Amino acid sequence: MSTRTARRWPSPGTAVLAAVPLAVLVVFFIYPVCGMLALGLWPDGTFDPGAVLEVLARPRVHRVLWFTLWTSTTATVLAVAAGVPVAYALYRLRLPGRRFLGALVLLPFVLPTVVVGVAFRRLLAPEGLFGDLDLDGTPVAIIAALVFFNIGLVVRTVGTLWERVDRRAEEAAAALGAKPWQVFVSVTWPALRPGVVSAASVVFLFCSTAFGVVLTLGGLKYANVETEIYLLTTQELDLTAAAALSILQLVVITVLLAASHRARRAVSPAGAAASARRRIRLRDTWLLTWTAVVIAFLLLPILTLLLASLRTPDGWGLDHYRALQGTGADNALLVPATEALARSLVVACQAATFALALGAIVAFLVSRPTRTRAAGRLRTAFDGVFMLPLGVSAVTLGFGFLITLDSPPLDLRASPWLVPIAQAMVALPLVVRTVSPVLSSIDARQREAASSLGAGTWRVLMAVDLQVAWRALLAAAGFAFAVSLGEFGATSFLARDDNPTLPVVIFQLISHPGAANFGMATAACVVLAATTAGVMLLVEQLRVGSVGAF
Amino acid sequence: MRTRPIQLFLAVLGSALVLTACGSSDSDGGDRPGEAGKVVTIATHDSWGMDKKVMAAFTAKTGITVRIAKQGDAGQLTNKLVLTKGNPIADGVFGIDNTFASRAIDEGVLDKYVTEDRPSSVAEFDLEGDNAAYLNPIDYGDVCVNIDDTWFAQKGMTPPKTLEDLVDPTYKGLFVTPGATTSSPGLAFLLATVGAFGDDWPSYWEKLVANDVKVDAGWTDAYTVDFTAGGGNGSRPIVLSYSSSPPFTVPEGGDEPTTSALLDTCFRQVEYAGVLDGAKNPAGAQKFIDFMLTQEFQQALPDNMYVYPVDTTAPLPEGWDVWAKTATKPFTVPEAEITENRADWLREWRDIATG
Repeated sequence: MSTRTARRWPSPGTAVLAAVPLAVLVVFFIYPVCGMLALGLWPDGTFDPGAVLEVLARPRVHRVLWFTLWTSTTATVLAVAAGVPVAYALYRLRLPGRRFLGALVLLPFVLPTVVVGVAFRRLLAPEGLFGDLDLDGTPVAIIAALVFFNIGLVVRTVGTLWERVDRRAEEAAAALGAKPWQVFVSVTWPALRPGVVSAASVVFLFCSTAFGVVLTLGGLKYANVETEIYLLTTQELDLTAAAALSILQLVVITVLLAASHRARRAVSPAGAAASARRRIRLRDTWLLTWTAVVIAFLLLPILTLLLASLRTPDGWGLDHYRALQGTGADNALLVPATEALARSLVVACQAATFALALGAIVAFLVSRPTRTRAAGRLRTAFDGVFMLPLGVSAVTLGFGFLITLDSPPLDLRASPWLVPIAQAMVALPLVVRTVSPVLSSIDARQREAASSLGAGTWRVLMAVDLQVAWRALLAAAGFAFAVSLGEFGATSFLARDDNPTLPVVIFQLISHPGAANFGMATAACVVLAATTAGVMLLVEQLRVGSVGAF
Repeated sequence: MRTRPIQLFLAVLGSALVLTACGSSDSDGGDRPGEAGKVVTIATHDSWGMDKKVMAAFTAKTGITVRIAKQGDAGQLTNKLVLTKGNPIADGVFGIDNTFASRAIDEGVLDKYVTEDRPSSVAEFDLEGDNAAYLNPIDYGDVCVNIDDTWFAQKGMTPPKTLEDLVDPTYKGLFVTPGATTSSPGLAFLLATVGAFGDDWPSYWEKLVANDVKVDAGWTDAYTVDFTAGGGNGSRPIVLSYSSSPPFTVPEGGDEPTTSALLDTCFRQVEYAGVLDGAKNPAGAQKFIDFMLTQEFQQALPDNMYVYPVDTTAPLPEGWDVWAKTATKPFTVPEAEITENRADWLREWRDIATG
């Protein structure tokens, strides 16, 4: 980073470039969220901080905070414990089908949460496969679902790092007489630690802001901060309390993102070559068993859905899939499910395009070298602010859209663009996290060489940056596409019902009585999961390690 | 080889943009300002469902297309309208029920409108006093405890009949209900207990909790997962649902439902329609409200939304007269009392039922 480069942070050019994504973020994220918070903080037009403090003193709020804290911590620890060995198996061993498995572990992350909630409940209900364990409606069920969603992030983050840990250092230590555990403690772990810390903070963030699963699995007994904000806003219209919790959530998220950022700084650039995978040996049995157990745990809810979708009143068949061409029993839907799938694909395309365009600019800017400490801090803040959508309540964002984007020139409430824009905001942080490590890995000297050979800025960009980053950009677009396909929280607040996406249709189907509608919902879930899995498999083919890694 | 990846990348990006452009051009019909008079937007709850033919008949008659905008359950619908009052998200609203009507009216969300030429039976569903000028009754339904008759027959047990029976240790661990804070039938059930036990309702709920009642977030969860006859693998044969639920449990090839509603446990929900204050197309909303009170729309209600038409002369679907009877004496709580106490009741209920 000490060498001279053609452009430095922040030059007037970068400032203009930075203004584009910033403007979009302000209009479609910060402004709506602040609008919602303002309603709570200025209840009658006057600022009332006392009311906020009063909320934080409520015993119920303490219970909610404690529950959020301990379930998220437990789920994070379990996800790391389950994921790290799998990361080793998938990224260091010559495991057959590892590319498929790599896509599979990330699949839960992009599945709609409401669907997973129902799938888990079917497994745990007294008559379900694990009914005897009596886990239904307990925090254990919630934690299991949170682990289910987040194992993939741990596997990907730690795995891509593990792939690049220098094998020679490990071998040297072993040759010098270190036992395997000593090698792990003294060589491997220090190299992995940043990845584990980074993954753990992001997993904790996702766990503490989980919504759909906590609502379905927690019943009413258990609420976390996110579901509490939802209840306070939609049912009780207690906007002051909702704002108080939202602000608390924002503070915690900022701290977590900062922790993740510090950890990531220590990671070597993504460009480092992956070391060769070794052959499987007999002593890997335990490791492989563990991996198989984790994969089974990830597959089980998905298989439950698959079986339910094939179950018909008189045996097995594809009836529920054929029903997708219609509007369900008793007109549960306004449009056929197939139309919703088509709509989902178009929206996902739009969202992925927006997210990619904005994310590429952000990733480009944050991967530029900085000269001064102040510029470095500015860059970090710029990077951090685009991560905020990861942790802000979808309810707050959704309602914020309704109350702020309501007058020209921004009267977008009835616009078909609203859903893709909202989804792009959700996918944006993931695009940035996929692309920026790859761009950071470009040696500044390469760009210098190109410009000294007479290439202009644009030409350098095409010949150097794009040449290295095109895979990452394509993979990021695919990942954003998959996330958008499964996005439910914000979409459910914004989607027009004459034009819904598939997750919204699934939710409508399971909200209507009748076994036929439920069967159709499971069929739609399977179609959605299969589409998503297909996209993720294609993304895997691009071999970009930073997808789903933090 | 050098340029190929870039070409591929640009090709993918290009096709994505083309798709994006195509997608948007066919999906924004009806939003053009010039057509405002031809389209009316009706905000409603997630349970909305209506036969396409009926909606087409309205368009044929008036030249107006209806756009339905679902906004969550009745509570979320009302609260969204409160948050966007003055610059509403729709022209008219359908689905505010008697538990939320006074909040919507007190917050100034609605303009006065009452359909002039309406069936005579509608008046008995009108809101009290001045509030009747804002909202038109459209349909009603009874939220009642349902039981799985087959389950009780197999166990050789006498099924419960009343609210008091539900706290009887005989039925310990058999009852599941959606919560009052997260579901509108759940709130209706809380109000049924308020109507039945007055100020003593908290002690009734304490007994229910002691008798191991299961409280789920939503109706879907309670009925399709925990109820024994809801299509899932449930283990609880008593569930809170509607008086109109049993006809949907008639097995294939059978002619009798396997469940029934306990008509001494019901709370009546009446759903209303009104014109929103600040609507862009108030005339269109008025016309649609008029249409909702015609027999054509009224008789389509039971099949599409499992509710009873307020026009009692409208014919009911086959079997409803036998298997989906309404309660003769549902529990009631005055609307003003609901508005005044809802927040306190819910808070107290939550502390008892969800610890």
